Amino acid sequence: MEQFEPVIIGFTCNWCSYRAADLAGTARIKYPPNIRLIRLMCSGRMDPTFVLKALAEGADGVMITGCHPGECHYLDQNYKALRRVLLLRRTLGQMGIEPGRVKLVWASAAEGVRLAQEIGHFVEEIRDMGPLNWPGRLAAAHVNGNGNGRVVMPALSEMESVGD
Amino acid sequence: MNDQAEPKERIGVYVCHCGSNIAATVDVADVAVWAKERLGDEGVVITHDYKFMCSSLGQELIERDIKEEGLTRVVVAACSPHLHEKTFRTACARAGLNPYLCELVSIREQVSWVHSDRQAATEKAKAVVAGGVERVIHNEPLEPLHIPIHPATLVVGGGIAGIQAALELADSGHQVYLVEREPSIGGHMAQFDKTFPTMDCAACILTPKMVDAGGHPHIDLFTWSEVVRVDGFVGNFTVTIRKKPRYIDTDLCTGCGICWEKCPKRVIDDVYEAGLGYRKAVYTPFAQAVPKYPVIDPENCTYFINGKCRACEKFCPTDAIKFDQEEEFITVQVGNIILATGFDLFDARRVPQYGYGRLANVFTSLEFERLCNAAGPTNGQIVMRDGVTKPESVAVIHCVGSRDRNYNNYCSVICCMSSLKFAHLVKERTGARVYNFYIDMRTAFKDYDEFYQRVLEEGTIFVRGRVAEVTDAARLPSEDGKLIVQVEDTLAGRQRRIPVDMVVLSAGLEPRHDAKAVAHQFGISCSANGWFIERHPKLDPVATMTEGIFIAGTVQGPKDIPASVSQGAAAAARVLGRINKGEIELEPVRATIDARHCSGCRICNGLCPFNAILFHEDKMVSEINHALCQGCGTCVAACPAGAISGSGFSNEQIMSQIEGLLLFDRPVRSRHFSAV
Repeated sequence: MEQFEPVIIGFTCNWCSYRAADLAGTARIKYPPNIRLIRLMCSGRMDPTFVLKALAEGADGVMITGCHPGECHYLDQNYKALRRVLLLRRTLGQMGIEPGRVKLVWASAAEGVRLAQEIGHFVEEIRDMGPLNWPGRLAAAHVNGNGNGRVVMPALSEMESVGD
Repeated sequence: MNDQAEPKERIGVYVCHCGSNIAATVDVADVAVWAKERLGDEGVVITHDYKFMCSSLGQELIERDIKEEGLTRVVVAACSPHLHEKTFRTACARAGLNPYLCELVSIREQVSWVHSDRQAATEKAKAVVAGGVERVIHNEPLEPLHIPIHPATLVVGGGIAGIQAALELADSGHQVYLVEREPSIGGHMAQFDKTFPTMDCAACILTPKMVDAGGHPHIDLFTWSEVVRVDGFVGNFTVTIRKKPRYIDTDLCTGCGICWEKCPKRVIDDVYEAGLGYRKAVYTPFAQAVPKYPVIDPENCTYFINGKCRACEKFCPTDAIKFDQEEEFITVQVGNIILATGFDLFDARRVPQYGYGRLANVFTSLEFERLCNAAGPTNGQIVMRDGVTKPESVAVIHCVGSRDRNYNNYCSVICCMSSLKFAHLVKERTGARVYNFYIDMRTAFKDYDEFYQRVLEEGTIFVRGRVAEVTDAARLPSEDGKLIVQVEDTLAGRQRRIPVDMVVLSAGLEPRHDAKAVAHQFGISCSANGWFIERHPKLDPVATMTEGIFIAGTVQGPKDIPASVSQGAAAAARVLGRINKGEIELEPVRATIDARHCSGCRICNGLCPFNAILFHEDKMVSEINHALCQGCGTCVAACPAGAISGSGFSNEQIMSQIEGLLLFDRPVRSRHFSAV
């Protein structure tokens, strides 16, 4: 069977992790091509709906990156990102989606190597989880006559394997 | 996405080879052809791949297409926006297109340089281009913000850095408000005796500057005062200063000194004399104080304690004593603020094994400065705590509270040199035997190492090793009545016990105890250690992330006098540039609240670290001040009503970019990549 290649959307902070990605490039550090990055001004800009949108549009995982705690370019907005991610992961669990598909990583502008490593690890984690197939699930919901467009919740027994 | 409808925009996509930097890993021609075919429905009308898009020919290509093809949006797939975003935006502006309608997506740093599989890299480059195209459709034309600059400046802290900054600005003819918490300006430097490495007398070089600042027609000096409130934003801050009551009418006082001569109450001076000397309840901290007016300390004044005395009032020849004086609040308008609030000395009591506060003849570096100072409590005599005995041997311990994981990890920068200065002064004034206990000698900068050589030649004994303990528990008859310094001499490779008469602890520098509160008040940030964070550690050391707030001197981190003076002058130069221009231009990446949709829930109010969001009680809606907003977008993400939009990073832009990135096919199986 052919190896599953996940698609991952990465949200980066303009001041730290986007620069870390630049640095990884300048230093020619290799990481898997599965991640596609979006630049935000701050991890605090990360609206949880961006993550849901990415998952709904076909991404198998979302990585959110920001400045280390205490180093936020905008004083402390990365803590707000942290709070949102924790809530979002819990919500995802309730929706029957593995919370591990959303990961928060701190990376300073100097940590190109670390960012590349984290991307490598995350791709492997998502690869192990397999495809999310959210659009497919939505379509299935429609086919099954659940015409209100809501995602069909998986059975409780399936959810027990979900966790962190 | 506008699937069937006629695309609104005419988009040009330019794919850069960057020589072989991109082209070697990404099939750039394929990306360009693909973009035209697959993204035509989105409005892509023209695509090019070109050797170097950033070259003048590459830029002309874009300019020509904007003019001839009527492009309304431009996507350049090349290097990181941090490198050439400005280049391509400027090119668009030259051709008459609003620069913010150009999007640079990175296929070099984020694709060709980090992936090795050509097919996978090409596919990713296509996704990245699609993301850029979908995003750019929703870009809006933006104009930079122009903020007028009020020509007056507030300088907080009257140490050498603040004095320098204030003088530079005032000498250029601009109004300065200099605020100092203590009764006199001068800061720590006024307490020192000599300054390394030239051994100039600190007072001799500082006093003229203090006098200049005190009498300058463009400097309004607020001593015995604190900033209590900062409103507004770059260009136009409103600052409220609290003038503590001096109980002296400064219009009448001549500074003659009769009041403190007659005052019967003697108080230990913990601030200026570091606890070694006395002052009166009405006092000026030192003879050369600027301004010359004394203050009455109500906590110690007999009149304030039990309602009797008034000796100063009785003897004052000009009736300047005003016991009923009250604090005043003064409001000033300034365009920029320079913070130069300095440092606190590390409290040596926190290292109990060195015995400070327990063993009488253990001194801190600041106490020792006062001992050496001719105007100090001993008139410059280096004597032991009894006030008469000259020491025959002195130990100077470096790095007390610095380079120590139990206290502060950082190096305090000045202690090696000030310890050498102490060694020299002890030798010169007492002829005593001097030991310096150091971890590493750090004598960088001009003429510093020469000074170290000089102190070496004078016969100071250097022992390399961190002192374990200072004790008065003698083990040998020769140690009786002495302080014994227990140390591992790491050069000799053995433990040593060295008996001395006197120990000087070179205490490190620490951020002010209230640094975090001050940072919060001015809307800037502190590092984990508590030093104020500069905009860039190398390229912008005196600006902060908050527009209009600058830092100078040891608030930014430990540094010596020349570096503090340089930063004071540098901060002033930055402010002057703005005053001369009369306005500054700010990136228009800002958040805006649509009052029609704002429900007045105020969730966003508490999220803004820059206090940029104002709530209108009357209309029950919030509003964002664009001069204060830094564009982080946290409020945009938080608004439950979706009433806040972030220009340059709007929901539509990001949502569309996500769609674009995921528009087509999964990544090709990569064959050659290996995880790091």
